[in-house]
Amino acid sequence: MSQKIKVATTSLAGCFGCHMSFLDIDERLLELLELIEFDRSPLTDIKHCGPCDLGIIEGGVCNAENVHVLREFRQNCKILVAVGACAINGGLPAQRNHLDLRDVLEEVYQTEPGLTHGGIPNDPELPLPLNKVHPIHEVVKIDYFLPGCPPPADAIWKFVTDLLAGRTPTLGHGLIHYD
Amino acid sequence: MPMKDPADIIDAVLSRHRDDPTRLLQILRETQEELGWLSRKTLAFIARGTRQPLARVEGVASFYSFFHTRPMGRYRVLWSDNITDRMLGSARLMKEMCQKLWLEPGHVSEDGLVSVATTSCTGMCDQGPALLVNYNAIPRLTSQRVAQIVELIRTETPISAWPGEFFQVDDNIRRRDILLANRLNRGDALRTAIVRSPTVQAESSANERTWQDSNLASAPGPLLTLEEIKRANLRGRGGAGFATGTKWEACRNAAGSGPESAHCVICNADEGEPGTFKDRVLLTTQADLVFEGMTIAAYVVGARLGMVYLRGEYRYLRDHLEKILTRRRSEHLLGHNILNQAGFDFDIEIHFGAGAYICGEESALIESLEGKRGVPRNRPPFPVTHGYLGQPTIVNNVETLAAAALIAANGGDWFRSIGTEKSAGSKILSVSGDCERPGIYEYPFGVNVAEVLSDCGAIPAKTQAVQISGPSGVCIASDEFQRRIGFEDLATAGAFMVFNNERDMFEVARNFSHFFAHESCGFCTPCRVGTTLLKNCMDKIEAGHGSEYDINEIFKINHLLQTASHCGLGHTACNPMFDTLQKFRPAYQRRFKSLAFEPAFDLDLALSQARQMTGRDDADAHLKNTMEVKE
Repeated sequence: MSQKIKVATTSLAGCFGCHMSFLDIDERLLELLELIEFDRSPLTDIKHCGPCDLGIIEGGVCNAENVHVLREFRQNCKILVAVGACAINGGLPAQRNHLDLRDVLEEVYQTEPGLTHGGIPNDPELPLPLNKVHPIHEVVKIDYFLPGCPPPADAIWKFVTDLLAGRTPTLGHGLIHYD
Repeated sequence: MPMKDPADIIDAVLSRHRDDPTRLLQILRETQEELGWLSRKTLAFIARGTRQPLARVEGVASFYSFFHTRPMGRYRVLWSDNITDRMLGSARLMKEMCQKLWLEPGHVSEDGLVSVATTSCTGMCDQGPALLVNYNAIPRLTSQRVAQIVELIRTETPISAWPGEFFQVDDNIRRRDILLANRLNRGDALRTAIVRSPTVQAESSANERTWQDSNLASAPGPLLTLEEIKRANLRGRGGAGFATGTKWEACRNAAGSGPESAHCVICNADEGEPGTFKDRVLLTTQADLVFEGMTIAAYVVGARLGMVYLRGEYRYLRDHLEKILTRRRSEHLLGHNILNQAGFDFDIEIHFGAGAYICGEESALIESLEGKRGVPRNRPPFPVTHGYLGQPTIVNNVETLAAAALIAANGGDWFRSIGTEKSAGSKILSVSGDCERPGIYEYPFGVNVAEVLSDCGAIPAKTQAVQISGPSGVCIASDEFQRRIGFEDLATAGAFMVFNNERDMFEVARNFSHFFAHESCGFCTPCRVGTTLLKNCMDKIEAGHGSEYDINEIFKINHLLQTASHCGLGHTACNPMFDTLQKFRPAYQRRFKSLAFEPAFDLDLALSQARQMTGRDDADAHLKNTMEVKE
């Protein structure tokens, strides 16, 4: 038996909705598992990524840890895919981009009643937020972009199976175009 | 002085234009001239007056750069931001002006006195840096002149009282050929056209047919002039090079529609292509010839209505042009029964643009003349059958019309004997950039670039590139200086920008990428988004975050723009990047830190605010900007 394709997935500044959509391929997941093996992923709870063929990233980059995780994926994955609106454009988390981060931290941890007791968290354990939320292609090179919020399960299925078959992934009507 | 009621002002403008919605652009311009800016209330008033939905009026007002839907300074200063202005120090001078006025670029001063910003090329490239103050052009700026202007603004001196020399625009004609050296008198070309077939004329009048009737019945008079235009092999001077005779013939043969069918002749004097200023000089020194060309076109196609679409940047030419039109009317070269030809009625009206490059595209120009946003139409149908208000229309460049007048006077064979086989006649070049004598050079077609360079005082050995026909044209490197100006090789609308060895060709292309992103009309997504993506790519490379990845992106966007854009703006928007990447790639690569990939922003700096707020400075509170490559 030939070696299985290794796949890693992660969610950065995302809502896990893209992962949920991935799970919506339902029983086809079993078919997929005939061909692939998961490395680092919320599905396996493996904490760090080894050498992989395919990396699937959900969510944008909002803090230092996101940068580290994303770089780990880039260093280990031959092909890196940005999945969903947040990975591609920053998405919902990027709504804070028109605010100054300092004002945000001040408002939440200092002036807003009820949350003011601890002050702004400064534990070295905590990753620092970036001034702005960025799409992932601004931090590492991305090979493919799979749009949607989230992309439908069928689109993810088509994308992954095309790639596994050695074809350039193409999403036709109904998967990316609806009218 | 008692304040006039804005409603009365708008009413007066509206009635001057007969509440005609197709005159919306002129209505908005004149209203803004009086009120300073176009508030929602003003627009609502105009919408009611012209019986238009407010959304449409707002749509038009917000489309054009020179219309303001927010309050502006009483003095509005716009610096021409072409690369040639920049090479002459415009950025530094603008900064000086802003500092003196305690002002941020793009903002209005708190007392509402003044605003300073940039605008696309104002067509003063041979005498830059230039600016517009309340849409009046001031060329040849220096630190001293800037200081004088600041003082005049501070003391709120009315612009009419500013020294006249400030507004002196030079013609800088350096080489004349058939067009600029013509010795025709007013009306000569028109008279020759009319008497070309005297016997036929007599016949027509004997049959009591008016000239208009005879035209439709293929009367030989106009047809013979059309024959000369075709024999001359005259091709459009605006860049596309379409055969003028074919265009005129198609328009002449088009029936028009409706009970008020009326052919129309439009002179395209929008001249928005950065680096082009020949039409300004033609309209300054040869306006009679241009108007005569329009009248001949009207004679050939049977038009009564003529319009000049003059770019807003050249508004200062209005009085001069109106005076010439008045004189032509008094000499029976315009108006009713021109040169005593029964039924030969034709007059010309000047319309002003409002700062939109896209309106140089003929169908966008027509939309604009009809009082709409300058969005190019789907073609076909072409303007020759369905143009202004749906009627058969020819749109010709200023220089084409002037050449047509010459042909009408001197004949097609004469014209065809000048230039090359496929490019008959002469071409006027607007030379600017790194040379001793920038200005206007007219050559017979076929002249090579090296000859132009030596005539204008550019040292070929020290010249690395020439941008031919503006940003949408072609950038040629020094090993191509033997190439020739003409439709066979280097087709051009006239711009000829020279760059010496010390210029950074990446910055040239980046300036052009900003131009296209600003001037995209926004109608089609490939162009609206694509031009901005290109601009972002160029800015990213400029900021030191570029890599080969971005060059690949530029080529990908180019392919998309070429294949999917609605009009020529999108098709050509990537040309400056494409050419400079082919010919001057080191100018890009020397900005790269890594060839493979480089983050688009400074990662460590992106943690600065969080560090400041948390007081942290430990190792985890920092990010390395480059990723370690795993072996």
